[in-house]
Amino acid sequence: MVATVSNEPEVFQGNAVPVPGLRRHVLDLDDFTAEEIAATLDNAAAMRAVLERDVKKVPALRGRVIMTLFYEASTRTRISFEEAGKILSADVINMTASASSIEKGESLLNTGLTLQAMGVDVIVVRHPHAGAPHFLARNLSNVAVINAGDGAHAHPTQGLLDLYTAREHLGGLSGRKVVIVGDVLHSRVARSAVWGFAKAGAQVILSGPPTLMPDPLTPGGWGAAGNNGVANPLANVSVESDLDAAIEGADLVMALRLQSERQQRGFFPSLREYIRRWQVNDARMARANHDALLMHPGPMNEGIEVSSGVAHGERSLIEEQVTNGVAIRMALLYQLAGAVAVEN
Amino acid sequence: MDADEIRRAVTRMFHEILERNHGADGLLLAGIRTRGVPLAERLAEQIRQAENVSIPVGRLDINLYRDDLSERPRMRIRPTTMPVDVAGRTVVLVDDVLYTGRTVRAAMDAISDLGRPLRIQAAALVDRGHRELPIRADFVGKNIPTRQMELVRVRFNETDGIDDVCILERGTA
Amino acid sequence: MALPQQRPILITGGRVIDPANGRDGIFDVLIADGEIKAVDQSIPAGSLDGAVRVIHAGGLVVCPGFIDIHTHLREPGFEYKETIATGAAAAARGGFTTICAMPNTDPAIDNAAVVDYIANRAASVPARVRVFGCVTKQRAGRELADMEELISAGVVAFSDDGDPVYDAGLMRLALTYSRDLGVPISNHCEDHELCPGGVMAEGWVSSRLGLAGIPAVAEEAMVARDISLAELTGGRLHVAHLSSAGSVAMVRQAKERGIPVTAEVCPHHLLLTDAWALGGKGDPNVAAGPLAYDTYTKVYPPLRTETDVAACVAGLADGTIDCVATDHAPHERVSKECTYHEAAFGISVLETALGTLMSAVHNGDVSLPTMIERLTTGPARVLGNGLSQYTALTPGTPADLTLFDPDAAWTVDVNQFASMGRNTPLDGVELRGRVAATIAGGRLVFEEPAVLNKGETA
Repeated sequence: MVATVSNEPEVFQGNAVPVPGLRRHVLDLDDFTAEEIAATLDNAAAMRAVLERDVKKVPALRGRVIMTLFYEASTRTRISFEEAGKILSADVINMTASASSIEKGESLLNTGLTLQAMGVDVIVVRHPHAGAPHFLARNLSNVAVINAGDGAHAHPTQGLLDLYTAREHLGGLSGRKVVIVGDVLHSRVARSAVWGFAKAGAQVILSGPPTLMPDPLTPGGWGAAGNNGVANPLANVSVESDLDAAIEGADLVMALRLQSERQQRGFFPSLREYIRRWQVNDARMARANHDALLMHPGPMNEGIEVSSGVAHGERSLIEEQVTNGVAIRMALLYQLAGAVAVEN
Repeated sequence: MDADEIRRAVTRMFHEILERNHGADGLLLAGIRTRGVPLAERLAEQIRQAENVSIPVGRLDINLYRDDLSERPRMRIRPTTMPVDVAGRTVVLVDDVLYTGRTVRAAMDAISDLGRPLRIQAAALVDRGHRELPIRADFVGKNIPTRQMELVRVRFNETDGIDDVCILERGTA
Repeated sequence: MALPQQRPILITGGRVIDPANGRDGIFDVLIADGEIKAVDQSIPAGSLDGAVRVIHAGGLVVCPGFIDIHTHLREPGFEYKETIATGAAAAARGGFTTICAMPNTDPAIDNAAVVDYIANRAASVPARVRVFGCVTKQRAGRELADMEELISAGVVAFSDDGDPVYDAGLMRLALTYSRDLGVPISNHCEDHELCPGGVMAEGWVSSRLGLAGIPAVAEEAMVARDISLAELTGGRLHVAHLSSAGSVAMVRQAKERGIPVTAEVCPHHLLLTDAWALGGKGDPNVAAGPLAYDTYTKVYPPLRTETDVAACVAGLADGTIDCVATDHAPHERVSKECTYHEAAFGISVLETALGTLMSAVHNGDVSLPTMIERLTTGPARVLGNGLSQYTALTPGTPADLTLFDPDAAWTVDVNQFASMGRNTPLDGVELRGRVAATIAGGRLVFEEPAVLNKGETA
């Protein structure tokens, strides 16, 4: 077996160079610096090499206990974390809670305290309420918390895997044009992608029904250079509801999952009209750069937000995103395990 | 050690490696990141010049195999790259300094996960003693007795812009 | 409130600010038999018979006791959040001598029996407790409560607070029916359709945090409706906890047109913004770390923008807003120890109100006498004349007074609260302006020796 990564740059880098910033938790990408994001993607590349070996196992997290605590149904994200933990030799325990248990059963706090008392090192939490991971992080002194999706707020590991996938194909991300299409308002994937791509220097355009565009995420507003003398980290983000205009010259198009309940709630008139105006199809991809890439966080409504042709076309990175998700989560678990060790 | 002494040590090491292994056949030099890599490349280059054979050089990142994550957290991990399959090879682990032996132990684990080599040997430019594991080097450039509280700093042109080895008090590095 | 009387109290050398009598200067105040006996430039202690408690109030402000017309005392029904006794103790610590219990209790205050129950429970607490009655039976928003019966039992105003009187037709009837009864209808203005699932002000912070927003228009739409209904009916409308710049503008315009409308504003809406939800004590530039989603910032109406804060401060200064009301909303721990989505709305305000309000005074936005007016005669005016005897330092009137140090810096520590509700985003925050002593009915119901001693040494 030959384990190689062909494009490894000929630079010697010290083994002792730590990832910048002593991170305890991964809550969202808004508190990552560009350097930390780059270092995490570099580590993910090394993890990806482990994934490509026959023996997909390293002892780095031997003896650590990782708990996936999912209050929402999820297959790919939970399995991705589980695989990542197991490849790193951690013990991974899965706990799923039905939505009703949030209301009736043990409070999130007591669940967290119980897990902490059991010696869990890392809690990977998905929760329908924004801020649930922050709440756990605030109240648990000896546990690292990773946000695996909280309400409409954030999905930072998805954001990082999107960045990793995009960087692998585009080289650098600085100055690249990224279009995020669909229900941005309710999308934690989109919010984390906005932070990640903007911090990596890309130009980000949000497109979709005006009713599904969120308010700006920073005080100055989209595109503002700054506010009260503080630079706007999202100065290179803008909104353009006309997808045909937004996609012009794009290097990367990210289509978001459209939930049918949005139509029922009246955010747009009909699926037919949505498809007409915002489906990513061949005609629209033709307006983008000739080698523009397509990403989708899954699960996909083929034929609604993305046409089948584009979804399975050669520009689609959808399956690769899944593989890279494992590598990114390995990198983060490794980095956090080290941080917890330092504090204790 | 200055640049000349380092050069002479490397020359002696490559001779010993070839002698022990009866030539260069089946050899794979695995440089342990970071400074094992330029050392492995120098050894390979000298062997190429002397014997006109090209020995494959791999790069080994052993961070994922360390037993001291708690003390050395959040390291950047670099890919492990082997230009050839390790199975059936004589793998020479190459590092700048041999100290506790834990790095070599981790490197042996890392190599084992890549395949089953014929044998594994260890080469170090400096052996400073204080082993904590039953490990010894097969090839040593120079034995330098040290105290525990001292550090051995190796610098190579490729990584540091200068060739030298010095002993520092801990805390001054 | 019927407490055993104490020996007479002589307060000397304080800055007496008495808006009702237009007084602002250094005076001595003598209190005995539960009444103000004298206010004069100099009352020598030696001239008095027997034991007198002398309070040297140099450096302190001496003013009528504060009145809060929006207090959730939680009793009956929610005694695990607050009781009338603990709420009254918190009022005393906050300088409030009169508080008005809101009717969203269980059972709701929609009949005379509940009013009597509260009156009994309040008989020996350290603050005067007045009662708001429900606008509608069981606060259900369908049929008017027996308003006259409630007034006879002592109710001072009506409100379905916690929820709006949602049906516009019913609100019209309430304003019309109450017109002759001499008490206002206070409405909690919130158009639910405009803020489905909303938990904080809609804007960049809610967007940043992925939380469902409550736009200012959800309040303003109903304020506009109610002003029109007040104009139509001639009934007295009181806008509870007004919080947006748009609401301030509408109330200002309504008053200019002579419509019978009054309004209150909460201390937190005069200082805090939605950025406090980020966990950085208001810093808008912090990343949303573990301290974000501070559930203690969850309150209705929500904390809004700096523009809204400035408009509320200006409205309070120019009289558009008649008074400060705390909307003191104590909650037990678990109601706030959860996700932002699950957390109860409300802040425990009584004990931080003065310190919060004084920032507008220290900033120069509201004069100190005006602020005191908005805490004394202002709220009494909203309710009609029933409370005016408590709002002036006039000899012969009940001795309800607050002494405070306008400049004392102190750090909020919820563990010192008398309220059972420790739910405030201000815990650990330094405020300037602290109550030194509270006198209700001639009795010293609260004193803070550290602050009072400043007067001793001044």
